[in-house]
Amino acid sequence: MTRFILRRLAGFVPVFLIIATLIFFLIRMAPGGPFQEGERFVPPEVLEQIRDTYNLNAPLHVQYFDYMRDLLRGDLGPSMQQPSRTVSEWIVLRAPVSIELGAYALVVSVVLGLFAGVLAALRPNTLTDYVPMSLAMVGICLPTFVMGPLLVLGFALKLQWFPVAGWDTAAHKVLPALTLGAVYAAYVARLARGGMFEVLAQDFIRTARAKGLSEARVVLRHALRGGIQPVVSFLGPAAAGLLTGSFVVEKIFQIPGLGKQFVEAAFNRDYTMLLGAVLFYAVLILAFNLIVDIAQAWLDPRVRYD
Amino acid sequence: MTEAAVPLLEAGTSLWRDAWRRLRKNHLATFALVVLILILFVVVIGPWISPYSYETQDRELGAAPPTAKNWFGTDTLGRDLFTRILYGGRISLMVGFCATAVSLTIGVLYGAVSGFAGGRVDSAMMRVVDILYTLPFTIVVIILTVYLGKSIVLLFLAIGAIEWLTMARIVRGQVVGLRNKEFVEAAYVMGLSRSRIILRHLVPNALGPIIVYTTLTIPQVMLLEALISFLGLGVQPPMSSWGVLIQDGAKLMEEYPWLLIFPSVFLSLTLFSLNFLGDGLRDALDPRMAKD
Amino acid sequence: MTKRFLASLFFLLAAGCTGENEGTGNGNSSNAPRDNVLRVAADAEPQSLDPMLTTGHTEHRILCSLFEGLTTLNQKTLAVEPGVAQSWEMSSDGKTYTFRLNPAAKWSDGTPITANDFIYSWKRILSPKLGSEYSYMLWCLENGEKYNKGDVTDFAQVGAKAIDDHTLEVKLLYPAPYFLTVHMHNAWFPVQQATIEKHGNIDDRQSKWILPENMVSNGPFKLVEWQPNRVIRVVRNEHYWNVANVSLEEIQFYPVNGNLQTAERMFRANEVDTMETLLITKVPAYKRDNPDVLRLDPFTATYFYRINTTRPPLNDPRVRLALAMSVDKESICNDVLFGAFIPARALSPPGIGGYTADAGIDYDLAKAKQLMAEAGFPDGKGMRPLEILYNESEDHQMIAEAVQDMWKKNLGIDVTSSKQEWKVYLNSMTALNYDVVRAGWIADYLDPMNYIECFTTGNGNNRTGWTNAEYDSLEQKARFEIDPAKRFGFMQEAEGILLGDTPIIPIYTYRQRYLVSPSVQGYDSNPMAYMNYRYFSVKHQPN
Repeated sequence: MTRFILRRLAGFVPVFLIIATLIFFLIRMAPGGPFQEGERFVPPEVLEQIRDTYNLNAPLHVQYFDYMRDLLRGDLGPSMQQPSRTVSEWIVLRAPVSIELGAYALVVSVVLGLFAGVLAALRPNTLTDYVPMSLAMVGICLPTFVMGPLLVLGFALKLQWFPVAGWDTAAHKVLPALTLGAVYAAYVARLARGGMFEVLAQDFIRTARAKGLSEARVVLRHALRGGIQPVVSFLGPAAAGLLTGSFVVEKIFQIPGLGKQFVEAAFNRDYTMLLGAVLFYAVLILAFNLIVDIAQAWLDPRVRYD
Repeated sequence: MTEAAVPLLEAGTSLWRDAWRRLRKNHLATFALVVLILILFVVVIGPWISPYSYETQDRELGAAPPTAKNWFGTDTLGRDLFTRILYGGRISLMVGFCATAVSLTIGVLYGAVSGFAGGRVDSAMMRVVDILYTLPFTIVVIILTVYLGKSIVLLFLAIGAIEWLTMARIVRGQVVGLRNKEFVEAAYVMGLSRSRIILRHLVPNALGPIIVYTTLTIPQVMLLEALISFLGLGVQPPMSSWGVLIQDGAKLMEEYPWLLIFPSVFLSLTLFSLNFLGDGLRDALDPRMAKD
Repeated sequence: MTKRFLASLFFLLAAGCTGENEGTGNGNSSNAPRDNVLRVAADAEPQSLDPMLTTGHTEHRILCSLFEGLTTLNQKTLAVEPGVAQSWEMSSDGKTYTFRLNPAAKWSDGTPITANDFIYSWKRILSPKLGSEYSYMLWCLENGEKYNKGDVTDFAQVGAKAIDDHTLEVKLLYPAPYFLTVHMHNAWFPVQQATIEKHGNIDDRQSKWILPENMVSNGPFKLVEWQPNRVIRVVRNEHYWNVANVSLEEIQFYPVNGNLQTAERMFRANEVDTMETLLITKVPAYKRDNPDVLRLDPFTATYFYRINTTRPPLNDPRVRLALAMSVDKESICNDVLFGAFIPARALSPPGIGGYTADAGIDYDLAKAKQLMAEAGFPDGKGMRPLEILYNESEDHQMIAEAVQDMWKKNLGIDVTSSKQEWKVYLNSMTALNYDVVRAGWIADYLDPMNYIECFTTGNGNNRTGWTNAEYDSLEQKARFEIDPAKRFGFMQEAEGILLGDTPIIPIYTYRQRYLVSPSVQGYDSNPMAYMNYRYFSVKHQPN
């Protein structure tokens, strides 16, 4: 297992470099650039000068090598669209917020989803199945841009339990976490239900029940481990989705996270900011997928990574 | 007594016929199937019999709540919402099913092969998935629009190309778990080719989460389509889709709630039916569920 | 084990939810309502707070609190009032201005402002390497354009000279009667040389001088906090020469990241006192239920469609005029846009700098059909399909769909409308890769010349391929004319030609639309949306 982990970690580096290269060229394929005429005319001489400052007039392979050289030194470059800070400074400023939001949302989705899914699997095709599952489905029926404003209208404006926007106090964090987590709660619930179902039908469960173990023990001690396997598989993509998908929630609740910055960088063609954000996400995704794979191996001893 | 004279107690049956029989017995799933067919029917036939077109404007009327003339009300340009939902349904369902089919095919095959192969091949294949994951979606779509125009087929491909990644991960997870089970070893020993093992034995056993995830992907895809239209690819105004209708309706939910409620109801109905049907399918296909 | 783990997670979450004011936010900006603290919901996070690097209106409104130019404008009447300059003289040919600076004018660090500061600042914005997108505003200075393009490298040749510490002489290329009003724009704001040079070169874009711990400014307020996407806080600058007349102690700007719904909700929850822009969909409800807080004020900005005059059959002015005359602007403004905007007949906004265009394009279907027939397309037969391009925004989409419908129904031609992503849209427009494209123009300064000059042959802001020698000559005549009445006369003629030839279709004149809480006083608006925060005060009613 340790060898496996070490090998995976070593594998991060080439993957990372491949991603950097791929994205570097990919974003330059998109039409337009960070510095071009906007709604107002800008003299071409001025544009030339600006582009010079950011090395955008050099031949592409030169730009590439310069960037990779800086990257290996840990320098992600200046932000083209928001010059008051460098890309690294922006990431350090904004990423913790997105991670925090994503973490809360993940907790919400796992707690709500597992609860609903496991309960539903215990008594299939009864009310204890339909009700929690239907509630969990609300998360998908109402996408974030619907659920967010609805929650704000109800809980923030009408009931005044929470503030409308911002990210300062704990009260600010509830509605965004719920909004973002609700979608994934539905996924988790359904996957958990399916997974638990399969496990509960197995022989060793019947044995456990025959032995006289309490239902709770059977479920939690024996079934859960195998039952949540599809959920664990899903957590990798879920975490990735939470991080990159937080953009809408950040917009609705005015949260100073990386998601919105990332999407804006794409629209503004802020090459350095975009690359920096992508690489940051890449590291997180790779790490999280590794954790998920480890968790899978731990949960199911028959899984062998050879 | 010859063999012919004794009727076989159980006719030889395949997994699928068995499943169909079980599915029919599941009342909720059958009901869900009926609802889905109904929605499909309404969405296909409806536009032909509606007195309105999806683009007939009545700007003086503007956004009006439901009346006898406009059953679901009108939008801000005075267009009949019901008709627009029907037309939009065509787009959404088509995109939903087709794009999901694309992602399903690619994802299942990729994930199964990766999971079965194991070792370095599996590692490499999953790293490719990781790499593709990090591609900024917005940029990819923008590039696609520019270099390949605006066809609806492109829309399927774009969406399918995004969604298959997660499917592959899930399938691979399942297969990795099943790979070392006895029945796989048995099939191997019996001399079955690897592709046959993958297709005939592993995939069907991994079907549970696959079905569940598929039924979840379809509405996800429909909403993704709204985002893509935002970027200029996909459905162009005045034509609309459920995703776009919901997105636009969400912005006006306080002033004109019907603009959000009705498209959401349609999406939710489709969603719920798909999921109950999916659950029913999952239950029906589970060989261990043979209670008869 | 898993159960206990899950349970403890749940309790952690629950505990987090009930805590008050203990979050990780280190913002000590409590946004509870306080007297003489103005809380504003800004439309977007500013790209920068460097007055020479910003282009947006949101940034301008924030910068108006931090900096002050040679002159300021009266909040209500836009009459010119003293700024850093306490008096000024204009030469008889209108091309030379002499400003006498107020010796009491100081930077926020207490050092006095001198004429050299302005020379340095204007040198900075005209520095080619800085890449300021608004440098063209200073092209009215002698050799300003040449210096900006790098043709002239000695700034002493540019038409701005410091006669002594408190006397500034400006030489213009042409008489600009509006010149005293341009100083409200951030392109003309002064920056302190010592601060800039402490953090980099004069033309460094990436400089950190704008961060709160470094910034030195000369306006009624100074920057104390800037948490991106959370809050920008400015407090009263005690060194400001006119601080005695500033009632506000603090202004807090809350960027809503482009989500204007949030701004309105924050207003309702009393988390802000006012905002920059209200969604037009909210206008009817406020008009009906709460009209006292709603403001719909004139705004010198025009929304129009550009027509690509290089693409047949749009190269025929009759076709263009027909298209323009079949747009029912009343219907668009009143029905589609909730009565928030005013139909426009001309390019320039009515009343800008005292000028209102006489010529105009009206909705006239009969005439439009006749023109189409004359051009060879009776009832639209034979006309190829047209495409309207726009960038993402609901308003643009609705207007495009409405116009599409009008042209289809009224003229019988086939029209599609396409939404394009922002940069793609910009590319289409500048490369003349469109049939009809949506556009807008907010006045940079208070004079119709700002609009007229855009459509001369080859002007970078023309973007329609339209060229007319007579229009060009009229524009030049107006530019160099000193007599105001004659000057306006030339511009009237020019605009008449423009509208007759129709490279653009005027759609509506903008209105500022926003909400103001009754606790804010002195918030008179002006058509330029210029914020002279000296006049504002905030007093909350005790409840």
